[in-house]
Amino acid sequence: MSLFSDVPQAPPVAVFKLTADFREDSHSQKVNLGVGAYRTDDCQPWVLPVVKKVERLIVEDSSLNHEYLPILGLPEFRSAASKVALGDDSPAIKENRVGGVQSLGGTGALRIGAEFLRRWYSGVNNTATPVYVSAPTWENHNGVFADAGFKDIRPYHYWDAEKRGLDLNGLLDDLEKAPEHSIFVLHACAHNPTGTDPTQEEWKKIAEVMKRRKLFVFFDSAYQGFASGSLDKDAWAIRFFVSEGFELLVAQSFSKNFGLYNERVGNLTVVAQDSDNLTRILSQMEKIVRTTWSNPPSQGARIVSKTLNCPELFAEWKDNVKTMADRVLLMRDQLKTKLQALGTPGTWDHITQQIGMFSFTGLNPKQVEYMIKEKHVYLMASGRINMCGLTTKNIDYVAQSIHEAVTKVQ
Amino acid sequence: MALLKSNKVIYCLGNISPSLGALSIRNSSWWGGVQMGPPDPILGVTEAYKRDTNTKKMNLGVGAYRDDQGKPFVLSCVRKAEAMIAAKQLDKEYLPIGGLGEFNKACAQLALGADNEVLKSGRSITVQTISGTGSLRIGANFLSRFHGGPRDVYLPKPSWGNHTPIFRDAGMQLKAYRYYDPSTCGFDFKGALEDISKIPEQSVILLHACAHNPTGVDPRPEQWKEIADIAKKRNLLVFFDMAYQGFASGDIDRDAWAVRYFIEQGHTILLSQSFAKNMGLYGERVGGFTVVCNDAEEAKRVESQLKILIRPIYSNPPMNGARIANTILNTPELRALWLEEVHGMANRIIKMRELLVAGLKKHGSSHNWQHVIDQIGMFCFTGLKPEQVERLTKEFSVYMTKDGRISMAGVTSGNVGYLAEAIHAVTK
Repeated sequence: MSLFSDVPQAPPVAVFKLTADFREDSHSQKVNLGVGAYRTDDCQPWVLPVVKKVERLIVEDSSLNHEYLPILGLPEFRSAASKVALGDDSPAIKENRVGGVQSLGGTGALRIGAEFLRRWYSGVNNTATPVYVSAPTWENHNGVFADAGFKDIRPYHYWDAEKRGLDLNGLLDDLEKAPEHSIFVLHACAHNPTGTDPTQEEWKKIAEVMKRRKLFVFFDSAYQGFASGSLDKDAWAIRFFVSEGFELLVAQSFSKNFGLYNERVGNLTVVAQDSDNLTRILSQMEKIVRTTWSNPPSQGARIVSKTLNCPELFAEWKDNVKTMADRVLLMRDQLKTKLQALGTPGTWDHITQQIGMFSFTGLNPKQVEYMIKEKHVYLMASGRINMCGLTTKNIDYVAQSIHEAVTKVQ
Repeated sequence: MALLKSNKVIYCLGNISPSLGALSIRNSSWWGGVQMGPPDPILGVTEAYKRDTNTKKMNLGVGAYRDDQGKPFVLSCVRKAEAMIAAKQLDKEYLPIGGLGEFNKACAQLALGADNEVLKSGRSITVQTISGTGSLRIGANFLSRFHGGPRDVYLPKPSWGNHTPIFRDAGMQLKAYRYYDPSTCGFDFKGALEDISKIPEQSVILLHACAHNPTGVDPRPEQWKEIADIAKKRNLLVFFDMAYQGFASGDIDRDAWAVRYFIEQGHTILLSQSFAKNMGLYGERVGGFTVVCNDAEEAKRVESQLKILIRPIYSNPPMNGARIANTILNTPELRALWLEEVHGMANRIIKMRELLVAGLKKHGSSHNWQHVIDQIGMFCFTGLKPEQVERLTKEFSVYMTKDGRISMAGVTSGNVGYLAEAIHAVTK
């Protein structure tokens, strides 16, 4: 009798199952608009030119070895990463109250942050402290906080399906009604999956309520630079909150903006009230890291660190990022134009109003099923598409498929 | 009340008196109650070593291999593999949650032997993990969620310091079985068997596959057989931690003998593997976690649940190190080169053990230092007491952990004489 006879088969993670199904599909016109990874106009993965350059430098540097990084990660990486989020002239950095924990991607940063909050936020043992995630949100947010021990994970209003935009009133209302000290996970830019971000004025309103209600700010920043093409613009919300005096956490990912998906490069930026608090916080972060992965992987951090800390490479990187952002903007523009030209029912302005990698098309589950089964266009059941999966070669087919789905399936 | 931390007092006062509350708002932080965490006992040794200005200082703390010049050693097979990989211009797309499939297969084959019936029947699952720590943590999380037996994990006494917090953070409880005999600086076989025979059924027992950390004391094959037997009788769930395959004796098959024997005897084991030491891939975080199941169907179910555990920690593992390890294991010339280099590392350690004992004898030490030679792997449990360790550090700038453990990898032909002198000085 096995000790594991009762282990149930777990459902596959939806987004990866989608890609697996896509791979098995032999249809010549198949399109994958599922998982969030950048693709070129030839629908190929893109290793950023600056990354290739830096990797060569690393391989050729015989003084480099494979020794353990410190528990909190590569120091030059951590400081440069936090600087990218908070800005070169960040007062918080100057005041020595900003620290970083190098993590395994954005997921790793979120998890370490969540583990820390559960242990140390608002007294100790915060299993009952409510954690609010947007409705909808990246599906893994729930898992991260649940597995970190939080028992009360709630949605906050975010996506207004009817008007296809931000439900600001619903959001503000949830903030007003949330118990004090609740934790809120905010998407810094390029909201996943909706692509809908608050405007600066809306962020100001959100911040005002959060400060008044003593709510905790945990930013998820997976697309800095990728959303608008400008690092500073995409970090505006984070920097505004910091300037308003919030102590906060930012989970940063360099998977998309550096194209370093499989190297697992992330950073948990901690903005504390002062350096004494920061020191104690980081010492506890170390304990959490030590029982999770001991110390983080070095390759990806080296690449990012070298790039961010060298002016020419940094400039080249910004350029590469803009290339990606611009292609996405072009695809948004073209998709909307084509849908309008086809006379597809409904309004399609949201395609160009939304920002970042994803678009919440508004297609319902039945229409999504049609897209996948009949047209071999793969997208998430939520109607989310990855704009990067669109190319000048397949956009007509996709627009046509959407048109059919909307007109044939209700 | 007097013992309350000042921040808590301010918080309490803030609730009672509004004016004091205003004070607390001005000065309060979310994190006022966060205590300073203690420095990591092992990594803290290196921190202290770095600060020391004595030119003769020795870092015998953390277990990272050093060559005879005391320098980190990047294996040639690793450099060659890296060059091969660079030439291929591969992309950086996400790995599957369970990691690089080819690597997982090679990792399992390395541990179990390529012709192991377990692999042929597909009744095991191996996932790529963040080196040994990540592997143990995934295993601990899996046990915590799915193990129907007692929550207790039995560790050898002593064990690697990080085992306890890993299992604890995963929600398991820790107990111990006797292992190290301080009077012989060897294996307390009788004590181990006695304790293991009393472990409640279905409990988890953790065994170090080879090169026990921190003692360097391994059971002999006949002793392993008895342990396997009693563990079977007690219906224990065996969890092997194998962080030093190849590094202990120099022979990868020999070092995996216990793991393979247990499987042969019918144990459906859990296994953590690390490539940090045997491939020198420390910072690349390469490891594997294996669950041997009853059949392929069960293995599939277990795999699906491992993915559910992994996804909310780090989504999917890092590619670089796994690609290097995979290239080495699957390229015949590189694999042969690797086996040679592992053999070389193990041999250098063995030589240092011999030189250390010879040096101690030369200084006229009256103690029996045979255990230094009998123990195996990177570490040596010297038998030194905390006061002696402190003297070694303070008077001789020899850095090691308080339990008397030294990393032989930090010993070179250039400094072994000094070390012998120092140890003799504090023990005579």
